[in-house]
Amino acid sequence: MATGTAVDVVMPQMGVSVSEGTITKWSKQVGDTIEADETLLEISTDKVDTEVPSPAAGVISEILVAEGETVAVGTVLARIGGEAGAAAPAEAAPQPPEPATQAAADESAAAASEGQAAPAPAAPAPVAPAAPSESNGKSFVSPVVARIAAEHGIDPAQVPGTGNGGRVTKKDIQAFIDSGAQAAPAPPAAAPPPAAAPPAAAQVAHAPADAGEPQQGESFEPMSAMRRGIADHMRRSLDTSAHVTSAIEVDMSKVVAIRQKLKKEYNAAYGVNPTYLAFIARATAETLRDYPYVNGEIRGDKIVSKSFVNLGFAVELADGKGLIVPVVKNAETLNLLGMAKGIADVAKRARDKQLTPDDVAGGSFTITNPGGYGTFHGTPVISQPQVGILGTYALVKRPWVIQDENGADAIAIRSIMNITLTYDHRLVDGAYAGRFLRDLRERLQTWGESDY
Amino acid sequence: MAEKTYLQAISDGIRGEMRRDKRVFVLGEDVGVYGGAFKVTQGFQEEFGAWRVIDMPLSETAIMGGATGSAIMGMRPVAEMQFADFVSCAWDHLVTVAAKQRWRTGTPIPIVLRLPSGGGFSGGPFHSQNPESSFAHIPGLKCVCPATPEDAKGLMIAAIEDPNPVLFFEHKHLYRRIKGEVPDERYVTPIGKARVHAEGEDVTLVTWGAMVYTAEEAAKQLPDVSVEIVDLRTVMPWDKQAVLDSVRKTSKVLVLHEDTRTGGFGGEIAATIAEEAFEDLDAPVRRIAAPDCPVPFAPVLEKAYIPQVDDVVRGLKELSEY
Repeated sequence: MATGTAVDVVMPQMGVSVSEGTITKWSKQVGDTIEADETLLEISTDKVDTEVPSPAAGVISEILVAEGETVAVGTVLARIGGEAGAAAPAEAAPQPPEPATQAAADESAAAASEGQAAPAPAAPAPVAPAAPSESNGKSFVSPVVARIAAEHGIDPAQVPGTGNGGRVTKKDIQAFIDSGAQAAPAPPAAAPPPAAAPPAAAQVAHAPADAGEPQQGESFEPMSAMRRGIADHMRRSLDTSAHVTSAIEVDMSKVVAIRQKLKKEYNAAYGVNPTYLAFIARATAETLRDYPYVNGEIRGDKIVSKSFVNLGFAVELADGKGLIVPVVKNAETLNLLGMAKGIADVAKRARDKQLTPDDVAGGSFTITNPGGYGTFHGTPVISQPQVGILGTYALVKRPWVIQDENGADAIAIRSIMNITLTYDHRLVDGAYAGRFLRDLRERLQTWGESDY
Repeated sequence: MAEKTYLQAISDGIRGEMRRDKRVFVLGEDVGVYGGAFKVTQGFQEEFGAWRVIDMPLSETAIMGGATGSAIMGMRPVAEMQFADFVSCAWDHLVTVAAKQRWRTGTPIPIVLRLPSGGGFSGGPFHSQNPESSFAHIPGLKCVCPATPEDAKGLMIAAIEDPNPVLFFEHKHLYRRIKGEVPDERYVTPIGKARVHAEGEDVTLVTWGAMVYTAEEAAKQLPDVSVEIVDLRTVMPWDKQAVLDSVRKTSKVLVLHEDTRTGGFGGEIAATIAEEAFEDLDAPVRRIAAPDCPVPFAPVLEKAYIPQVDDVVRGLKELSEY
């Protein structure tokens, strides 16, 4: 730019939808002096022919577009600059209208006249990367920074700020976290929630509301830690998994007959009762090996499959006082006797409060058995982070349509049990769950005397 | 696919629907013999005849009344106000009858009301306004404000299909100035869905209509600031989710519109962000809009009035440095 005070003459906007114009005649030439509003050139557009007045007084320093040329609205046609114009910078402003696209490339004159404008890049706000001590909490903490700081247990005053006046920006606190500079106490943010997540964090999150005073006819008792843990876990599970329940009717006649035979032998030789649950658990462990997703887990963005079956069993502690789920590890390696002993062992230790933390961790699938009281159906809640829970219900004698040896239909009295699979539809599809139940039923209905 | 002007895309959208559906017809001042003040309906009367391309008397009340009545009787009128500014004369039929009809009786009232709007050419107070906010406030009306030729055609078709009154704000400044690829086949651009005009990380700029290009130009001048431009496309119903998603990413927002500031739709957007994304904000939500006064005639005043590239550059810089 030769002259700092040069004023641009641009192709004016001559109508709503006009986008270009043709120069028909220049009334002045380079070097001529012109007054403001004196005719400088004539133009032609598809709507009108008109004269263009000079936007400023001065000497014409450049003519950039020749007669006969057609150019877009906003194109610089000429520049007026020099002594006459220099004295009156204020007049630089009344230019012909410029379309938005014309931008600020040639706006130095106009910007100067605006005084305050021109966000001078040379003098930025005090952006000094203020040392932590300088921003010791006095700086404004924006909502997003406050939230991130709380989530990561960081004091924003510890983060070096690069915003206005040393303010900590979102980028600053994210960089601080990424650099691993935060203090020790913060919980690991990204790690997948381990099975035993609930304790501290969950309880802080759901600080229980004050119950107030009992109303007439009500009485209070304190909530046990176990009850609170169950409450948190149940709620969390429903918030996490997409629960769906499928049910199937199983003819347990063969199992009933075989159990009847084994009962005496097992009790005498091993001191353990071959319960229906043991049969079902045995068949379940076998079937799970063919359906790895039912025995699987969703961890972060990965699907986890397991080469082992760790079977959890829901055990009621004492009359409504709580429930615990001890785990029989590596259930896929146990035969019927081993399964019966394993279940009896963890159930006894659960009631005697002899379980170790290890006994309740690491389950890959759970069986719950509320059928002892006659219920025939239920929709249990999945134990996180598992994706399935089997429910077993009352064994009842029912009239059942069977085929006799001639292939004719007949009604017989059979021992029927309803079994449900509640699964997490995020990972397990309905058809897959259906095939799992079908195979489980097949195993139980065709149990052979020599099977163990 | 062919390159078309914004104006041609609107014209194509209406013409295609008129060929496809005999219920669609246009009415307005000078839309027939003259082909429309801006030539959007040029050639229509020759193709479709005077009964489907109706030159109306100089009465916006009559135009809107005719559109309302014919829509109730099962037609699909595309009515034109020569300038959006004159829609005030149509207020009663539009707001009292058309907007309430579907909610009151459950019957469809498929009207498209074309509203050439916006300034930038010294049109002054009666030929430059952007009244979308006034109508976005009326339950029962939809307001679309396309910025690109492709969206102009797709939204016109969506508007004609819609069983509600749809106000189609077509920005005059874009008519012949903006060209773009427009698919030849029929397609619908959904009403209520925003479009990310440019992806970015540092600041979200929410805007619509001609201001999309002002925003684009401003973003170009700040190579160090990564600006995400969200073109709302539809002001009512507006794509809250798209805006909130972008805000959660950048944590800084500039809302830009050509309409005046107080009571402008930018206020609704800013309030929603404050309500629903407060904990994601790293700076105050900023608005850039026209001042609260009528649009001036004088070019220098109009330039000071309509948000310019420099204003947006300044706003973006302040936010990025905040």
